[in-house]
Amino acid sequence: MSGLNINAITKKFGVFAAVDNVQLNVPHGTFVCLLGPSGCGKTTLLRMIAGLEEPTSGAIVLDGEDITPLPTHKRNLGMVFQSLALFPHLSVGDNISYALRIRGASREEQKKRVDELLTLIHLPGFADRPVAKLSGGQRQRVAIARALALSPKLFLLDEPLSALDAKLREAMQVELRQLQQSLGITTIVVTHDQREAMTMADLVVVMGHGKILQAAPPIEIYRKPADAFVADFIGITNLLPAEVDSAGRTTILGTAIPGLAMPAGMTKASVSIRPEDVHLGEPAGGAITGQVSFVRDLGGTIETFIEVGNTSIVAVTTPRERHDVPVGAKVGVVLPPESCVVLGS
Amino acid sequence: MRREAPRSLADYTPLFFPGLMLIVFFVVPFSTMIAVSFFKRNPSGFYTPDFVIDNYARFLSTFFGGVLGFSLMLAVLVAVCCVAIGFPFTYLLTRRPRRVQTLWLVGLLSVLSLSEVIIGFAWSTLFSRTAGITNLLVAIGLMDKPVALLPTFGAVLTGMVYQALPYTILVLYPALVRLDPTLLEAARTLGASPVRAFFNVVAPALRNTIVATLIMVFVFALGSYLLPQILGRPQHWTLSVLITDQAIYQSNMPFAAAMAVFLVLISLALVGMTLLVGRRENAL
Ligand SMILES: Nc1ncnc2c1ncn2[C@@H]1O[C@H](COP(=O)(O)OP(=O)(O)O)[C@@H](O)[C@H]1O
Ligand SMILES: [Mg+2]
Repeated sequence: MSGLNINAITKKFGVFAAVDNVQLNVPHGTFVCLLGPSGCGKTTLLRMIAGLEEPTSGAIVLDGEDITPLPTHKRNLGMVFQSLALFPHLSVGDNISYALRIRGASREEQKKRVDELLTLIHLPGFADRPVAKLSGGQRQRVAIARALALSPKLFLLDEPLSALDAKLREAMQVELRQLQQSLGITTIVVTHDQREAMTMADLVVVMGHGKILQAAPPIEIYRKPADAFVADFIGITNLLPAEVDSAGRTTILGTAIPGLAMPAGMTKASVSIRPEDVHLGEPAGGAITGQVSFVRDLGGTIETFIEVGNTSIVAVTTPRERHDVPVGAKVGVVLPPESCVVLGS
Repeated sequence: MRREAPRSLADYTPLFFPGLMLIVFFVVPFSTMIAVSFFKRNPSGFYTPDFVIDNYARFLSTFFGGVLGFSLMLAVLVAVCCVAIGFPFTYLLTRRPRRVQTLWLVGLLSVLSLSEVIIGFAWSTLFSRTAGITNLLVAIGLMDKPVALLPTFGAVLTGMVYQALPYTILVLYPALVRLDPTLLEAARTLGASPVRAFFNVVAPALRNTIVATLIMVFVFALGSYLLPQILGRPQHWTLSVLITDQAIYQSNMPFAAAMAVFLVLISLALVGMTLLVGRRENAL
């Protein structure tokens, strides 16, 4: 099978399982984002794929070959570290050609490949500069070029953009994605920024406490989160309690939502609904009645916070579709059943 | 940070204490020594104030030139051995858990508390024929009969490396602890074996530290005068041994002072060299 196959990988530090029985298939050429809060085991998983950390159990298979026993330097992969780890005593060109020198490539070959890669990362003519003289974004690109020098089978990046400012980060996300598409290389990026994951990934893998909670394309993760943790971690969501009443109808906050069905056998659950799917209208029958507690007008979008009993619901609208609701006004909240995702407990 | 030229006398007060210390413990004794090095020796007594350059002239003989050359060679060798052993050792030490590191560092510090005399006699016992380590080799069948390993050049070198190694490690440790471990990992992901990565990445990244450590151990070894006498033959004696000999046993203070001044000048020249190397590195 072509691609990366992570087979029941576990890593324990003492008794603590940093990565707990992770199973993942990454088809060749896929861009994967490992997403999760700090300390959930993303870096540990990436380091095991790179061979920098030895798994306690399980196997890593690349293009049908079990690479678990191979040391890092025999795995043919490129990695970008969070600290970038550019060699401070070498020039940009010598950093990029380091892997080629190890392979014993001739001087001409090295120069040709360095020029090629510098063009690819939009830094032509930078070969002789010392790395200390580069800006943050430029160092980032050099680290990427260095990792790609040998056209590796696997491209691993650990929070590569976290040191950049917000604007540059967004631009680099697009660039990284385009680069990956043009090279068609299997890529795994660790990030804790869900926006970054949504921008770049073919496959988003949400992790928590060393386990994979959900692995799916970004839009599916957003639209159909597997549980409350994923729903809350990916974007903003409303998590509302749902119950089945005596008449067998599904109710949210005491109001029946016709058309919303609970899985068989469940009487209580959490329901996730995205703020942009919440409709506001007149307080009338069929709608949940609440009181507006705060309005955040951001110009492009308007966030309206509504108190229903002790629960707060947030609705996001654009200025065009929104009718004016002042703070303190009573409003009707309509939750379209097709937008409600019933989550497992 | 605020950077202004000091204007009033009060702005200079922080310099008074270090300045005083420098004068009392360096300028005064060193000036005295320079002065004495030009005095005339009085064979019946001590010395008489004068201005002669005989002491320096005598120094320029082949005998003393040879001793100076040997001292420098020995000090260089000790420095190279210490860094060659200490650098990989310290590097591996910094990869261990914190507790292990602390234990080793405490152990090394306790070696520092041993005096040169104790180190000298301990090694002379270890290298002796009757009680030395060769007896162990005989016991496990590697040798036919025990031999004396001293007095030899190897014994002098071993003793001096042993004495200087804790300093070497303690000087290298902070730089190696601060070294980004991902540098080495990056080299490994690029296809370098761990040993190759160490020589390609760790050693060059710490070039400055290594040079500074070499010079420190060199200067330290230059001052050693007991170990060469305990563990070596007279031809292994260093300039420091001769200085001691002249000053204490021959009562020739002016000549001892001249040699000491010479030694200090060489040490200073080396420190100056380190600073120059460091400056060029920073200018890059
Ligand atoms: N070498 C180690 N020894 C002990 N615990 C570790 C080690 N490396 C990581 N951990 C622990 O494993 C967990 C996961 O770490 P990590 O993979 O770095 O998380 P993430 O990259 O998702 O922030 C953390 O709780 C961390 O403290
Ligand atoms: Mg991490």
